[in-house]
Amino acid sequence: MTIQTPNGFTLDTSGKRVVVDPVTRIEGHMRCEVNVNDQNIITNAVSTGTMWRGLEVILKGRDPRDAWAFVQRICGVCTGTHALTSVRAVEDALGITIPENANSIRNIMQLTLQVHDHLVHFYHLHALDWVNPVNALKADPNATSLLQQSVSPSHPNSSPGYFRDVQNRLKKFVESGQLGPFKNGYWTNPAYLLPPEADLMAVTHYLEALDFQKEIMKIRTVFGGKDPHPNWIVGGVPCAINIDGVGAVGAINMERLNLVSSVINATIEFVNNVYIPDIVAIGGLYKGWLYGGGLSGKNVLAYGDIPDNANNYETANLMMPRGAIINGNLKEVFPVDLRNPDEIQEFVPHSWYSYADEKKGLHPWDGETTPKFELGPNTVGSRTNIQQIDENGKYSWIKAPRWKGHAMEVGPLARYVVGYAAGHTEITDQVKDLLGRLNAPVDALFSTLGRTAARALECQWAAYKMRYFMDKMIANLKAGDSATANTTNWDPSTWPKEAKGVGFTEAPRGALAHWIKIKDTRIDNYQCIVPTTWNGSPRDNEGNIGAFEAALMNTKVEVPEEPVEILRTLHSFDPCLACSTHVMSEDGQELTQVRVR
Amino acid sequence: MMESFYDVMRRQGISRRSFLKFCSLTAASLGLGPSFAPTIANAMENKPRLPVLWLHGLECTCCSESFIRSAHPLVKDVVLSMLSLDYDDTIMASAGHQAEAIVTEIVEKYKGNYILAVEGNPPLNEDGMFCIIGGKPFVEQLRYAASNAKAIISWGSCASWGCVQAARPNPTRATPVHQVITDKPIIKVPGCPPIAEVMTAVVSYILTFERFPELDRQGRPKMFYSQRIHDKCYRRPHFDAGQFVETWDDEGARKGYCLYKMGCKGPTTYNACSTVRWNGGLSFPIQSGHGCIGCSEDGFWDKGGFYDRLTNIHQFGIEENADKIGMAAAGVVGAAAVAHAAVSAIKRARDNGDKQS
Repeated sequence: MTIQTPNGFTLDTSGKRVVVDPVTRIEGHMRCEVNVNDQNIITNAVSTGTMWRGLEVILKGRDPRDAWAFVQRICGVCTGTHALTSVRAVEDALGITIPENANSIRNIMQLTLQVHDHLVHFYHLHALDWVNPVNALKADPNATSLLQQSVSPSHPNSSPGYFRDVQNRLKKFVESGQLGPFKNGYWTNPAYLLPPEADLMAVTHYLEALDFQKEIMKIRTVFGGKDPHPNWIVGGVPCAINIDGVGAVGAINMERLNLVSSVINATIEFVNNVYIPDIVAIGGLYKGWLYGGGLSGKNVLAYGDIPDNANNYETANLMMPRGAIINGNLKEVFPVDLRNPDEIQEFVPHSWYSYADEKKGLHPWDGETTPKFELGPNTVGSRTNIQQIDENGKYSWIKAPRWKGHAMEVGPLARYVVGYAAGHTEITDQVKDLLGRLNAPVDALFSTLGRTAARALECQWAAYKMRYFMDKMIANLKAGDSATANTTNWDPSTWPKEAKGVGFTEAPRGALAHWIKIKDTRIDNYQCIVPTTWNGSPRDNEGNIGAFEAALMNTKVEVPEEPVEILRTLHSFDPCLACSTHVMSEDGQELTQVRVR
Repeated sequence: MMESFYDVMRRQGISRRSFLKFCSLTAASLGLGPSFAPTIANAMENKPRLPVLWLHGLECTCCSESFIRSAHPLVKDVVLSMLSLDYDDTIMASAGHQAEAIVTEIVEKYKGNYILAVEGNPPLNEDGMFCIIGGKPFVEQLRYAASNAKAIISWGSCASWGCVQAARPNPTRATPVHQVITDKPIIKVPGCPPIAEVMTAVVSYILTFERFPELDRQGRPKMFYSQRIHDKCYRRPHFDAGQFVETWDDEGARKGYCLYKMGCKGPTTYNACSTVRWNGGLSFPIQSGHGCIGCSEDGFWDKGGFYDRLTNIHQFGIEENADKIGMAAAGVVGAAAVAHAAVSAIKRARDNGDKQS
């Protein structure tokens, strides 16, 4: 039986069902089921968020100035982006402005996250979908050295001896019989296409990136005191700046600024010498694999981020693009209004929540959610041993957010598509350069590889923007402004009786916003819609499938029992399930009186 | 034949001299004297890599993210050479039933000879289905993986105490590991997240000495959790002198004064942030201008606002008040004994200078 979805996909559930649970190398927990036909082509896809923590229930009644610390714990991978979104929401609600230095420091921290997250995602969560470490054992280190020097002439780690050492280490590791994280991988699957030399180069960079990533986050430790989970405040940043006076060791001083500056330089170098060349090299060898476009060529959404000047969240002041594209029409970028009750709404007919009226969608400020774990009648297995999901019933802890009724893709590719369509010159230059080097058409962007490539380009863009804001802050300090916080409305006695606000960022995985209502100085209502809620969305009341599901459609899997291609496409979104699954309960009732197991 | 840590290092072209240097650095980072270096060297020369199953429940993955930031040892060396990280769904290559098969294999093949590391915790409401792995409640995977484990490491405040999802009203009934698994030795390494080098030091210690480090009554390693942030805070002299930050970015903030009045929970928080510090010893929250929020303490989310100063303290600037603050607040969490122990430890430290207490 086939079903036509309103967003243009033909679903056929007649073929063999393949279940992947757990989906690994993601943040949090998810499950994926697909049907494949007799040619091993995916004809139906079902994505299930398999965890729920209820942070918004927990936030009710708390001090809004504390909210950032709670919501920061939504995710320790995109750590900080929820905190930044939260302080922006509170500042929006209470009309609090921040000093220029605080804006620069927040931007540097957010850009640092973008760079770190993208780099770790590519090398440590995604690379093993393309790179075969076992095949790297067959490589000739001399050939690997030549390959390295040809793709990245400036990278110092390129000698035959260097690659031989790494290969020896890998060889002994494999020969030990204890394969650790590589155990039970799909190393004989024909979906792996790289020659051994490229595999060895990429595995080497897996290790180099693992060493380097910890350096990047030092920037956030300088400004935020620790990472993961640095510190933030409503009204600015907690780190004071003191470049002249007594006691400068207690604040941001010249030594700290130099430290940040040197890490920025090293980061730009690493991205240019390692990450981008690897994307070109690996992308070039896989460029015939153009599956996974899904919604990216149809509906994409970005809120924008990185305000150039403080306190201005208008599109023109945001250095990351903002807007929506519908039905693949790149000629028109629609404005997005997070406050308009008719634009962003969440639906739950296929989510484990109940609404009074499940036909309706609700804007986050008016969110209404009660958890309701209930499986569809055609589920195979039992309530606590699900063998096959029934996607006609409720099937995910993720809600279905829609923009004007449309399922949307968010993330680096969505941002790059919006930026490209809006004529954002830095983005169009980068995209044209990459497509030129790969000898690929613009349409190639709308694919799994396009998503992976856009992430790399954005990483490079963000690394340079770190430099921009560092220079901007130094210029501001030179001009005599060293303020980092505005405490005018710090005291709750200065707040109105009721207020509501919205804060947004572009998290590494895509558009992120928090909506807050404050009443009598306490949180009355807190709602987040996060990138993986958009991308990992289940079906809605109209039957539109979400971005993960759409991207898996029509993909050929070489060996259905070995989900390499499914992982490849899901990972290209960098799923973050701890982020995506949340709830707001109107009454915040105690939910703990269920039996002890 | 499984190869030892030393074999692996030698085959990487690392000289014996460098290897021994690594061992003495490890000894130093564990707070052990140089005489322990040969013990570490001996352990690393002769032992196969110990299998580790690293499970993830309700969590935010900040513990894993912290772990990979370890500067000494590098996480690359931990994973390739020190232990055998056979299951960790955040980084493992395989997925689905091939991934699940690994848990079964390790539990069966390495009875009593593998470590279970847990990040996050199991929710018990809704039959455990607020966290589903392989179609089943996470708590089932946890119980099964624990069944033959030699010992369990509870990473971070989620596994140790419950952390943010267990904050009131704890909608999923998120429950710390030791309340679900009661028949295995458990070491708690709390913090949200724990410090990277504390995590890798705990792992190194267990691998080296084949036992847990000395634990306090709550199951935390004493070497990292027996002193309060306040005890070793570099801003402590300003507390003693009555010099405080009164508001963000004021003169005191720029001079690095004490953050006590801004709500700092350093006086009641047991952790190594003010000594080991973060991200390679670079800084810690107080050094970067924000008070400690007490993230390694049980139930720290429900102990008042992060900017509310600790109450019932009427005087400042006299050193002994620091201990009173600590005792009063520790009393609130019902751990007076620990506070007493810590107070005496501080006194000893004060009396003996740098001598080991």
